[in-house]
Amino acid sequence: MPTHAEIYQKVAETLCESLNVDPEEVRPEATLQGDLGAESIDFLDIVFRLERNFGIKIPRGELFPESIFQGDPKFVQDGRVTEAGIQELRNRLPFADVDKFAKDPQLSKIGDLFTVEMVTRYVETKLNGTHK
Amino acid sequence: MRWMWIDRFLEFTSRKSAKAVKNLSRAEDVFRDHFPGWPVMPASLILEGLAQTGGILVGEANDFREKVVLAKINKARFHREALAGEQLTYSVELLDLRPEGATISGMVHSGNDLVAEAEIMFAHLDQSRSQQVFGEQNFVFSGDLRKLLGLAKLLKS
Repeated sequence: MPTHAEIYQKVAETLCESLNVDPEEVRPEATLQGDLGAESIDFLDIVFRLERNFGIKIPRGELFPESIFQGDPKFVQDGRVTEAGIQELRNRLPFADVDKFAKDPQLSKIGDLFTVEMVTRYVETKLNGTHK
Repeated sequence: MRWMWIDRFLEFTSRKSAKAVKNLSRAEDVFRDHFPGWPVMPASLILEGLAQTGGILVGEANDFREKVVLAKINKARFHREALAGEQLTYSVELLDLRPEGATISGMVHSGNDLVAEAEIMFAHLDQSRSQQVFGEQNFVFSGDLRKLLGLAKLLKS
């Protein structure tokens, strides 16, 4: 089974290819949109490359859901994610650092959940059945 | 007028690969300005031809139900200029196909010369949203592009 570090390395290479960024810009906590400049179409490209580079299948919406809350007031109120919304995030994105987001759950910061480490954990679970 | 930058398909294997040709005629408008006295096919139009060859391969894979739009050129490399009088051959292979879109890799040759190579990603425009914006009609594969494939089948039979 590949180790977490090996998977991270390959994820980082995949992101460099897809987003055309320098290897030194890719850190575990780097956010795909904010730090690495990913645009919406890049997420599809990243999914293609991860599938190819790791030989895994990524069902639609599993890694990068198109819409989690769909404007439901149960999940979002006044631009902030509610307790129920946080729980929904934990269910839908078990690979993301939801605890960190929950400290200041502004909807506008939801993109920060998608980090290099989050993608690494996702791939690790796909390959090894569990993650670090 | 339809923006068409391939002349004919030579080969077409559904969900796998396609090959098309583009004859660069000195009479084309583009060569009047690009450039006077030195008729070079613009690299962007070479890519467009490659994208059309690949886009039809991707569209046919779902029987032209999806609106296939060019989303991203992952990489492109141009090895030499192509001049009026040459015949370009666009060869594409389907790398990935998913409900959300597809990726192709392509090469452009003139005779045995490699002119350019590229990897292109297409997205399937979300049905519900695109219907709001563009209506029911599939504006990508409205006519001429599909007729090209029909012509290739006709000539083969």
